[in-house]
Amino acid sequence: MATHEFAAQESHAHAAPQGFVRKWVFSLDHKVIGLQYYFLALAAVFVGMFLSLLMRIHLIWPTLPLPLLGDIKPETYLTLVTMHGTIMVFFVLTTAPQGGFGNYFLPIQIGAPDMAFPVLNMLSFWTTLLGFIVMIAAFFVAGGAPLHGWTGYAPLSAMQSTGPGEGLGADLWIISIAIFCIGALMGALNFITTTLDMRAKGMTMMRLPLTVWAWFVTAILGLLAFGVLLSAGILLLMDRNLGTSFFVPLVTINGQLTGHKGGSPLLWQHLFWFFGHPEVYIAILPAMGMCSQLLSVFSRKPIFGYKAMVYAILGIGFLGFMVWGHHMFMSGMSPYTAFAFSIMTMGIGVPSAIKTFNWLGTLMRGRIRFTSPMLFAIGFVSLFVSGGISGPFLAQPVLDIQLHDTYFVPAHFHLIMGVASIFGIFAATYYWFPKMFGRMMNESMARWHFWFSFIGTYAIFMPMHYLGMAGMPRRYSQLTEVTYLHGLIPLQKFITYAAFVTIAGQLIFLVNLFWSMFKGKQASDNPWEATTLEWTTATPPPHDNFGGHTPVVHNGPYEYNVPGAPRDYVMQSDPEIGPAH
Amino acid sequence: MASFSTTATVEDPRIALGDGGILPPTRGGGGDDSGPGLPDYATRLRRARLGLLVALTPVLMLFVSFTSAYIVRQGLPTLDPRTNTLVRDWIPVTLPKLLINTGVLILSSVFIELARRQIKGQAALRPNTAHPRVSAGDPMRIPWLSMTLVLGLTFLLGQWTAWRQLAANGFYVATTPSSSFVYLLTGTHAIHLMGGVLALFVAGIASLLGRSAATRSIVVDLTAWYWHFMAALWIYILCLLEFAS
Repeated sequence: MATHEFAAQESHAHAAPQGFVRKWVFSLDHKVIGLQYYFLALAAVFVGMFLSLLMRIHLIWPTLPLPLLGDIKPETYLTLVTMHGTIMVFFVLTTAPQGGFGNYFLPIQIGAPDMAFPVLNMLSFWTTLLGFIVMIAAFFVAGGAPLHGWTGYAPLSAMQSTGPGEGLGADLWIISIAIFCIGALMGALNFITTTLDMRAKGMTMMRLPLTVWAWFVTAILGLLAFGVLLSAGILLLMDRNLGTSFFVPLVTINGQLTGHKGGSPLLWQHLFWFFGHPEVYIAILPAMGMCSQLLSVFSRKPIFGYKAMVYAILGIGFLGFMVWGHHMFMSGMSPYTAFAFSIMTMGIGVPSAIKTFNWLGTLMRGRIRFTSPMLFAIGFVSLFVSGGISGPFLAQPVLDIQLHDTYFVPAHFHLIMGVASIFGIFAATYYWFPKMFGRMMNESMARWHFWFSFIGTYAIFMPMHYLGMAGMPRRYSQLTEVTYLHGLIPLQKFITYAAFVTIAGQLIFLVNLFWSMFKGKQASDNPWEATTLEWTTATPPPHDNFGGHTPVVHNGPYEYNVPGAPRDYVMQSDPEIGPAH
Repeated sequence: MASFSTTATVEDPRIALGDGGILPPTRGGGGDDSGPGLPDYATRLRRARLGLLVALTPVLMLFVSFTSAYIVRQGLPTLDPRTNTLVRDWIPVTLPKLLINTGVLILSSVFIELARRQIKGQAALRPNTAHPRVSAGDPMRIPWLSMTLVLGLTFLLGQWTAWRQLAANGFYVATTPSSSFVYLLTGTHAIHLMGGVLALFVAGIASLLGRSAATRSIVVDLTAWYWHFMAALWIYILCLLEFAS
């Protein structure tokens, strides 16, 4: 039996809440807030997935009226594209890995009783929820939701008269994102302060689990990026509603001058992508951290090159702010500038490759346990490599100009930013579910879910690369009448069928999630025989995380297969075993 | 028996928890010198200051990106549809006299610093006032906090007056890009300063709400640093609008 050293009694910053409302609704407990974020993201992902399904159906049966929408016009299709992208990027990929799992597990993994500012933490969730409600409200106002894409390119997004949905719907879209930014900034503030100031005794920075490093660096990225997006949103709202011309040049609509002049659509692009590229890492870094954690746990080996992994996370975070221009090669930028952005972009391949090699090094000669979290973690590595490998293609301006407005780009970013991150979320769900709910998830259903998702993802997105290389443009609502694309229609149909099957597979996850909450097998405190602090406490953790004690940390986070140890893992709070082996 | 001196600081973790007494060592930071215990005054202050420092980063980023937009937009030409030539639409705005208003804000920054030091001293000494040689402070202390509040509201009123003068001179939000930026930068700064005014209200009524001297001290400390940041930011905005137009 492990001997965990605990320090003396520590009072929690706030008492355990009594009553349903204080305990589950307006809770100050980081664990409840984490669950609130998680279920918000779960609701959002099904909305986003439903929108993508409508797009896929329309693409291959363009004359088929869709449920709730009727006949689909091109602008309706663009609305689906816009809202799918926005909801997925902000309310799923940013919300679940950071707001959900980060909130729940960061304090526990560093040995803290809660976040540094619990009230702010609660406010950050409710602000995010408000942002989501405002976003959904855009569907129901006159004109409907906007059609300017999740990137909101001006001048399309900067004037009310550019199309249906660009009136009140677009205003709500911008306001929603501004609200989301404020919520995300409050969250980032908490993550950074908590990590720097609330670590338990002995939890030095180089003993932090890689999950914590990932959440910490992600918070820093959010802190620097969301303020810029907020500023761009304010300028956009002023252009739309006060008649200013920050982003709108002299343009006419239906032959009429709009009254704007002199603004720069490229200014919007620069501000947006200064946020937008770090956002890619805001989505993927937590998944990288989770993947590192899980590969070590289920290979029963220390993570290969812990320090290199930490420096790679920092390197990716830093370089992530240097490469926004590679989204703008089409804008006519100077070739010298494009070259600089191109080199920097390919430079990100270095820390990314370090991480990938270290993941493979961790797996090598490990005593691998192919549990469902491990399957999803391996799936993450696979998707990260498959999606990442097309990055250097798009990083080269001459190739990007050819591929930019084709299906090649959605194929690339869905694999590396979208589904890879989602696999990280799934891996984390299967891994931490026992700690969060005290029960195990059904393993058979989890495996079925994995294979549906893994094969389905490749079936959807790999063919999109070929569509792109063959010149099929993205964002078009129907291409069945275009002669030179006739030969690609069967591939589009295949993708839609694959999407049907893959989305059906997600229902298995949904059933498993809720069934296991109530009917799953009782979980022990440490069912995976893992080493980090969350597995030293009760399942589910008590209100103050460690039952009135604070753990004292003596070891690194990945001490597996330790020579001379009585078992094949040493907890972080076990007596010291000496330098990391 | 413990001895006290007037040079004792509240950063010393031995001093106080709120109105309480001597505390165990602080926790946090993961170093070997940290230990468990209730978050004492010094820990709370350190954590709150760190939180403020982090919170000011996105505010800074907000104004950095506004500045970036300002510089870019200033250099952009626009097409004149009558002559079909590229012309500049950036008409420099003659700013209203803002020197007095700037002075008011700087003076308020001095006042809140004095308030911060005053309340900090009280918080440090309060737990020990039972000791015959320790006094909680001058009973006739100057209400620096209230004076800061008055000056803060005066500054906001001055900004409102400046906007009215701008409008009277024909410069509205959409008149020219330079006037758009004047309203944008000063308006965003004013909204942030209102946050500081709100914090001053909170600090002012903290004792009415039954908050401890330590909590009041932390609120005032954070508000003071925030206020200084706002003052520095205002000087930066003023320089940008005066000299980079």
